Amino acid sequence: MEQLMADLKKQIIEALNLKHLKPENIGDDQPLFGDGLGLDSIDALELIVLLQQSYKVKIDNPQDGPTIFRSVKSIAEYIRANQTA
Amino acid sequence: MKGPVHVAGIGVIAAIGKTVEQCMHSFRQHTSGIGDITLFDSVHRGVLPVGEVKVSNEELADTLWLPKHTSRTALLAIQAAREAVAHAGIDLKKWRTGLISATTVGGMDRTEVFFPDFSKDHSKGKLHDVVNHECGRSTELMADDLGIRHFISTINTACSSSVNAIALGTRLINHGMLDIVVAGGTDALSKFTLNGFNSLMILDKEPCRPFDATRKGLNLGEGAGFVVIVSDRVLQQEKKKSLAVVSGYGNTNDAYHQTASSPEGRGSYSAMQKALEMSKLDVNAIDYINLHGTGTLNNDVSEGTAVKRFFGERLPKMSSTKAFTGHTLGASGGIEAVFSVLALTHQCVFPNLRFETAMPEVDIVPQQKFEETTVNHVMSNSFGFGGNCSSIIFSK
Amino acid sequence: MFISGTSIIRKQTVIHKGALAFENKSVSLDDFLTGAYNYLSPEYPKFYKMDRLAQLGFLATEFLLSDFSIKQYSPESVSLVLSNAHASMDTDVRYHESSKTSSSPALFVYTLPNIVSGEICIRHRIKGENTFFISPAFDAELLAAYVDQVMMQPSVHACIAGWIDVMDSHHDVFLYLVEKEQRGLALPHTAEELTKLYR
Repeated sequence: MEQLMADLKKQIIEALNLKHLKPENIGDDQPLFGDGLGLDSIDALELIVLLQQSYKVKIDNPQDGPTIFRSVKSIAEYIRANQTA
Repeated sequence: MKGPVHVAGIGVIAAIGKTVEQCMHSFRQHTSGIGDITLFDSVHRGVLPVGEVKVSNEELADTLWLPKHTSRTALLAIQAAREAVAHAGIDLKKWRTGLISATTVGGMDRTEVFFPDFSKDHSKGKLHDVVNHECGRSTELMADDLGIRHFISTINTACSSSVNAIALGTRLINHGMLDIVVAGGTDALSKFTLNGFNSLMILDKEPCRPFDATRKGLNLGEGAGFVVIVSDRVLQQEKKKSLAVVSGYGNTNDAYHQTASSPEGRGSYSAMQKALEMSKLDVNAIDYINLHGTGTLNNDVSEGTAVKRFFGERLPKMSSTKAFTGHTLGASGGIEAVFSVLALTHQCVFPNLRFETAMPEVDIVPQQKFEETTVNHVMSNSFGFGGNCSSIIFSK
Repeated sequence: MFISGTSIIRKQTVIHKGALAFENKSVSLDDFLTGAYNYLSPEYPKFYKMDRLAQLGFLATEFLLSDFSIKQYSPESVSLVLSNAHASMDTDVRYHESSKTSSSPALFVYTLPNIVSGEICIRHRIKGENTFFISPAFDAELLAAYVDQVMMQPSVHACIAGWIDVMDSHHDVFLYLVEKEQRGLALPHTAEELTKLYR
C-alpha cells in the first residue's frame, strides 16, 4: 500500500503537470480536489485515463470520480479493491 | 443604426433534413435524426449515437458539382449557404457582400483520410486531402462558390461560433460597412471530435435527453446553417420580404473553467441580459427560447438556472432542438438561428424530444410537442468551451 | 480609442511597450515559456497545464498588464478580441499523437483556439465580449475596425486585442490594450499604428 501510494503521487504529478509539487508535498489523506490540491474536472478525467492505463482499473461513470479521487489513499484503496490479478 | 438588420434568406442541412423544408417536416413529425454512425469508420460505431447527415461526401460533391476531395465541412456549408442565398433571391454581386463563417473542425475529415498513409510513409498520402485542413479554408471555398469578395472572415469561439458570426455580420451592416452578409456555421463529424468528446466522458450512449433528469450527456451531430442578413436599404430596393429582424445579441465570458460552465450560469445569464438590453424588449416579450441544451449534466443545470433566474416565474416556451440534430458544435448557432427564424415565419415552437422528468436541481419543463402558436420574439442561446456565451434575439 | 500598452513575444523574446522584458533564445520553446513564467513568478500553477497557445497568451497578458490594474474596470466592461492563423493546430497535432494510445482529455480541451481567451478571462476576471478570428496573417485593418466597433458600445471601457499564433517552435504574439482615455503609450487606435507596432 505504501509503495502504491508513493507510485501514485509520482504518477499524478507527471500526468497532471503539477510541476510546482514534489511527491512529499502530497499527504496520503490530503484532499486532491477543491481547496486541497485544487484539481478540477479535467484532472479527474486524466486520472481515469491514468488508472486505466497503469492499473487496468476502469471507471465508467465520471460521477464516481469525486469519491474515488478524494485522496491518494482513497485511489490506492480503489485500485486494490478493483484490480484483477 | 440605419434601420433594422433583416434576415432575407435561410438555409440548413442537418441530421433531420437536407433543406429547410425537410427539417420543418421532421419537426412536425417528431422525427429525430439521432442514430448509428454509418458514413465513417470508428471504434464507436454502433456504440455512440450521432446526428449524422445521411448523405455521403461523393453524393454531396456530385449534386453540388464540386471536386470529390472537398472537405465535408465545406460541402455541408456550401449546400446550406446556396439554399440561403437562393431563398433570399438577391444578386449578391450588386451589393457590398460579406461572408462570415464559423467552424471548429475545419477540414479534419479529409485530414483523417490523409494521415494513416502519411504516418507510415512521409512520401505517401494525397496532398489534396490536407490543403483544406485549416478552419479558414472552408470559408474561402464558400466565398469562391458564392462569388463573395468584399469581406471574408472565419470565427472560432467553439460552440458559440456561429451566433458570433451572425452578430458580427449584423454589426458590420449596422455600421454601414457592408450591405449583405451571409453568416452562420458548419462542422462535420470527425473521429477527432468523437474521440475527444468521448475522453471528456460527456457523450450519451443513448439518444440525448436535454433537460431530463436521466440525461447522461450529448450526442455529436453535424451540419451547417446560414442566414442571409441585409440592411433595410437592400430590403427596400430589392423589394424583398423580411423573414425576421436581428433585434439583439450579447456575448460574454463565463470566466470559470475551460470546459465547464459555472453552476449558476453567470456567463449565460449576462449574455441573455445583454441581448435583451440591445433589443429594448421587455423580458416577457420573449415567446420562445431555443436553448443551448446539450444534454450534459453541467450545461443543462447551468443554463436552466440562468434561464429561471432571468425570466423569473413567467417562463417562455422553450426547447433544445439538439435532441433532433445532435450537438453540431460550431454549426449549432447557425442551424438554430435558422430554426429560430422558422419559429417566427411558421408561428410555431419545436419539441424537446425525449423529455420526461424535470431535473431535481432546477425545475424546467420544456416544450414537449410541436405546436402552432403566436411567436413574435425568439431567443437562441449558444455556449461554448473557453467560457464563450452568446445569446441572440430574432423578432418578427 | 487609444492604445495604452503592447506586448510582443517573438523569437523567444518578450518586448513590453517597446522595451526588452525577457529573453532566452538558447533553450527550447517550452523551457523559454517556463522560464518567462518563473521570471514573473505569478504563482498560478495552472500555467503548467496549459498548452503553448494558452501559455503564450497568459504570459503576453501578464506582461501587458504588469504596470496597469485592469481590475479598475468592471469585469463586464472589458472585451477580448484575438486572432491567429493556425487556430489550435499545434495542440491538435499533439492530441492526434496522444489519441493513438488513449485520447488525453487534458489535451483535447485545448484543441480550440479560444481556450486561451477563456484562460485570460479566468486569470484577469474579464467577462466582456470575446471573439476569435482565424486569418491568413496579422490583419491590422480587421482588428482596428472590429475593436473600434466593440469599443463604441457605451458599456465597454477597455479591450485586450491582437494576434497570437503558434505552430511547433514558430510563435508570434502581439497583444495590445485599448482604452477610451489617453493613458500609457496613448497612441491612436488605427490600422497604420497597429501595423507599425506589430512590425
